[in-house]
Formats: sequence, C-alpha cells, structure tokens
Amino acid sequence: MYYNVINAWAFWYLFHSFQNPLPWAACPLNSNHTGYIEECEKASSTQYFWYRKTLNISPSIEENGSIQWEQAMCLILAWLTVYLCILRGTESTGKVVYLTASLPYLVLIIYLIKALTLHGAVNGLVYMFTPKLEQLANPKAWINAATQIFFSLGLGFGSLIAFASYNEPNNNCEKHAIIVSLINSTTSVFASIVTFSIYGFKATFNYENCLNKAMLLLTNAFDLEEGFLTADNLNHMKEQLMATHPNEYVELLPQIKNCSLEAELDTAVQGTGLAFIVYSEAIKNMEVSQLYSVLYFFMLLMLGIGSMLGNTAAILTPLTDSKFLSTHLPKEVISGIVCFINCIVGLTFTMEAGNYWFDIFNDYAATLSLLLIVLVEIIAVCYVYGLRRFEKDLHLMIGHKLSWYWKIMWAFASPLLIISLFIFYITDYILTGTLQYQAWDATQGHLVTKDYPSYALAVIGLLVASSTMCIPLGALAIFIKRRLKREHRSTVA
Amino acid sequence: MRGFLLLAFSLVTTAHAEFCSPDSQNAFKVRLSIKTALGDNAYAWDASEEYLFKAMVAFAMRRYSSQKTTQISNVLLCNVTDRVSFWFVVTDSSKNATTVPRGEVEAAIRMTRNRINNAFLLNDKTMQFLKISSTLPPPTESSVPIWLVVFGVVLCLIVAGILFLIVSGIQQRKKKNKEPAETKNLEEKCEVTVTIENGMPCDTLNLKTGQINGGYEADDERFTPL
Repeated sequence: MYYNVINAWAFWYLFHSFQNPLPWAACPLNSNHTGYIEECEKASSTQYFWYRKTLNISPSIEENGSIQWEQAMCLILAWLTVYLCILRGTESTGKVVYLTASLPYLVLIIYLIKALTLHGAVNGLVYMFTPKLEQLANPKAWINAATQIFFSLGLGFGSLIAFASYNEPNNNCEKHAIIVSLINSTTSVFASIVTFSIYGFKATFNYENCLNKAMLLLTNAFDLEEGFLTADNLNHMKEQLMATHPNEYVELLPQIKNCSLEAELDTAVQGTGLAFIVYSEAIKNMEVSQLYSVLYFFMLLMLGIGSMLGNTAAILTPLTDSKFLSTHLPKEVISGIVCFINCIVGLTFTMEAGNYWFDIFNDYAATLSLLLIVLVEIIAVCYVYGLRRFEKDLHLMIGHKLSWYWKIMWAFASPLLIISLFIFYITDYILTGTLQYQAWDATQGHLVTKDYPSYALAVIGLLVASSTMCIPLGALAIFIKRRLKREHRSTVA
Repeated sequence: MRGFLLLAFSLVTTAHAEFCSPDSQNAFKVRLSIKTALGDNAYAWDASEEYLFKAMVAFAMRRYSSQKTTQISNVLLCNVTDRVSFWFVVTDSSKNATTVPRGEVEAAIRMTRNRINNAFLLNDKTMQFLKISSTLPPPTESSVPIWLVVFGVVLCLIVAGILFLIVSGIQQRKKKNKEPAETKNLEEKCEVTVTIENGMPCDTLNLKTGQINGGYEADDERFTPL
C-alpha cells in the first residue's frame, strides 16, 4: 500500500526530466529577482526540489497539511498502471514482467559505460573495493547485509508463493532457487559498481567545488592574484596567510570549510535519499542530463512496478482463488476494488507530512513481521509437516534426491540465523528507547532529529502488532473451526 | 606661479586621495576575475583598460541623467591590486569637491550593466560591483508546464489500455457463455471428482502427459440409471 508512493515520485521526476534545464539543477529566484530563495541557498538545489517542490514537507509529523494534488495525481497514475498490469491475472503479469525485469538491466549497462567514463568515478570504485576493517568488525554491518539479502529476495511477502502456485508440479524448483539467488547477488554487485562510480563522481565534484570556494574566498579577502592559489599549495598558503595576516584570517576561519574527499565519500545515504537526491545531483552535472535523467527514472519506475506487481499478486491470488469472491465478482472487479482501496489509503502519503508516515511504514511495517513469518514458515515445513515428508514431495517433483546441504540448511542453519536476526532487532528496539525521526527544517536547510509524538508511536505499535498477530489469529480461527466441527459431528452422531 | 601650480596640484592629489579611498563615502569596490572568465585569452589589466573602465562609467552616468556631462576625468580609480580589484568614485564637476551620491551611481551602473560587462568580455559573476545587486535573469517558463503535458499523454495511454483490456475481457466471456453445454458439464465433473493418483491430481496427468484409456471413458453409461 505504501510502496506505490515511490512509483508516484518516480513518475513525477520522470515527467520533470523533459525540461531544459532540469528543474533541480538551479535554485529558483526569489520574488524580487535579486537572489535565490533562501531555503535553496542553505540546502542544495536538489534537496530543495525534493523537500519543497516534490514533497512540500512540513516541519514535523504533527502538522499534517493538505493533500498535494500533483502527488495525488501521480499516485493515481501509478495505481492505474499497476491495475493495467494485473488486470487479467497472472498470464498478463508474466508478460509485463519480461519488460520490467529486462529493461533495468539495459539501463544499468548504459549507466555503467557512462559512469566509468566520468571524472572521479575511480575514487568511488577504489573506495568500494578497499576493505574497511573496522566496519567489517562491526556486527551491525553483517546484520544489515543479511537483512538486505533477505528483503531483496522477497521472502515472506507471499509474492513468491503466489507466483509459484501457477507453476507445473514437475517444475525443477531446486535449479530455479539456485539460479534466482545467484542472479540476485550478481545484480546487487553490478548495481553497486554503477552506484559507487556515480558516487565517486559526485564526491569528487563536491570536493573540487569546496576547494574552489575556499580558494575564491581567500583570493577575494586578501586580493591575491587569480590562479595564485591552487589545490596543491592551498594548505601551505593557508598557513602563510595565517602567519602574515592573523586578524583577518581568524575572521575568515568560520567560513572556510575543511574539504576532504574521504568525508564526502563517507556520507552514505540509502533509500529514498539515495535514489532521489544523490542520483539527481550526480545526473545534473553530466552532459545531456535530460537523457540520463529520463533513463534513470524510467528504470526506477520499472523496478518499482515490478515490486508492486509481486506484492499485489500476493494479495490478489488468494482473493481470486477463494470460491466466495470469484463466483460473485469477476477478476477485473476484484483487482479494481483492491487497487482503489489502496489508492485511497495511499493518499495520506501525499499530504505534507506524508513522507514521515511513509518512513514509519517503511521502517516498521515490514521488518519484524517478515522475519516472524519466514521463521514460522521454515519451522512449520521442517518440524511440523516433517522434513522427511517434504523431502519425499520434492523427490517426486524434481526426480532426484535432495542433497544433505539443503536438509542441514533448512533444519538448522536458517532457523538459527533468523532467530538471531529477530533477537537482535528486538533488543535494538528496546535499547534505543524513544524512537526518533529525521525532520526537514526549512529555516536551516538540513535534517533535524525529533521524537515521535505519542499517537505516531501508537500507530507503529499497531502496525507491528497487526502484522505479527495474523499468524496466531489464523491458528486460533482454524482451531475454533475444528472444535466446532468436532462438536457438530459428536452432536449429530 | 610655480608655487601656485604646485599648491593646486597637491590640492588635487589630496582631493583625489580624499574622494577615492577604500570605504570612503560614495566609493564602490570592483572585482574582476579575468582569468576565470577567459582562460588563455585573458588580457592583462593595465592603464588602457583602466581608461576604458573610466569611459564606461562616464557613459553610464551620461545615460542615466542626460543633464549631467560627466567627463572621464571625473571618474577616479585607486587601490588597484593584483586580484584585479580597485575602488572607484565619480566626482561632480558642477558642484566643487563633491562626489555623486551612491544611489545615483548604483542606479546608473545597474541600467547599463550589460554594456559594461560586454565591453570587458565578462559577465555579472566575473565583473563584480560589490554592494550593487544585479538583477538575475528570470527563468524561462512556458505557459503550460511541460510535465503536465507528458502526464496527460501517459495517463491517456494507460486509461486506453485498461479500457481495451476490460472490453476484450467482457467480449471473451460472452463468447465462452455461448459454447455448448456439453463441454461445460464435462468440466464440472472433472472439478467435482479430483482424483488423486500418486499425489498428483488426475486432470493434470490427462491433459499434459499420458493417454486416456478409451475403455474407461464412458464409465457412467454402463450402469443403467435408476
């Protein structure tokens, strides 16, 4: 439900990429045309475009504001696109996925070629491939990596089960499992090479900008000859100036920032920040930026729609398979109703405080409940249904016996890993105390940390509880049904 | 005579120094970044360029108020540095020993800023008049926002696709309903009795692999109906 807002943003940026110059390339002018808008000066033009023009974000989660009609229209368009793809059920979804899965690879290859030729890309690649031992020793890094693989494979969402239910029984699922995992990991590495090249380009660009600004400041303040200060002699000259003109230098000191390439590369971002701010900043500095921008946001759109198709198929398949609904309503109407309800609820994310609610959903709705679902799945299959029965079923399906590797992984290694991840997350939540979020401060031009108000905490609790409660509630419902059937049989007999 | 001339000369120079000095009243600082703007084609800043600058400022003053007749000698430059930056001030020849007020000079320069920039092959950024704000060019805005146009196109395509699929779905369903009832009955029987053979439903075996044994097909007809 909340995920389609990302597609709405991707649509927004895609439509705005057809302008020359790109709207996030320069700051807009203020009302009397003497300078730039203050918020844009303090932050950067890409951040201004994201926080003000796209989201029109309010300073905190309490101030809800009104629905942004442009975002609402993009959201409706995104849901219409999803409806178009799942309208006919999985046969049509299968054909669409050919497109949404292969086009991103094409765009990634184009970007790889472009990114490797950018100035400063090598810095990013060197940064990526040099192991940072203190980071590797931190267990949090490994846990984040495990979580990332977990989510990128789409386990626990139900989409894998939904798609697999349309397969034939003699489908070689063992081979497919290996192929999917390998392709997933290779694609991650490939995408991160592209990402880090672009990152290196952006970091080098910002670093050189910072150096130029510092040099200009010093040149203007001390009326030195142009070109006197270069990147190499800057530090040496700074000391010299400090010695010869101590008073004026001290005055300038707060304005001169220490520029460091390492610091620029270390500012790691992820999620919506990376996709919409960092990448658009890198794109605006390339030549023919409109083309690269269109390609990039089109690729984001394809990926987002692909994920949405999986999620929506996971919801729709049980609904269309249930006899009650499919006899009363045709498939198209069921899909339409599901899309419509989700669209209406999703309009809350287009309000001014919508991004804060989106972050709540993104961080808390999925993590714990997915871990729990997958843990219950694996325990149910291995221990409740019985590993031997499962092994026999698989032997029937794929024609040869399972190797011991799978058995050990399913019975011991995977449950242990998932339980440890689960325990880690719970302890993390307990230890951090009150949860905080990043709010955009328009007057200062950067993010500030704020505490969640009580009703937001209540919503978070409700989210986590409702998704984890489904399994026990379902078990309870079946238990009650069986009890009633048994009583009915005993009264009849 | 000579003494008088010397006195006059010293008066003029002190007056010059009085009018044009850093941070004096009605004086402006100018900063030029010639190498940044022109790179290899940069020209050196010498006395001739200063003369051109004085001429441009005098031109600006003349353009601004057509009554005044500002001469090149009215524009005074001082404190030229290697940066290339200097201070200038415009004296008023009609009123003795005064400088033209700040506001007038500022307005005059703003009016003809473009001509001054072009005379030196520079722009607003590389030829800075400190404390004179420049009018930034307004961004080019088209009457209809472009994104709305693209949005409209994509929206129409998707709605057309949805309508097409829905209509073709309805048509297909109508065609299916017109088929003979026999095949429908057979399908119903298959659905009701899903026989499991070796863990797999029969109908998949029938339709995908294996052969139908004709001897067992017309099973229900062997038994006489009640």
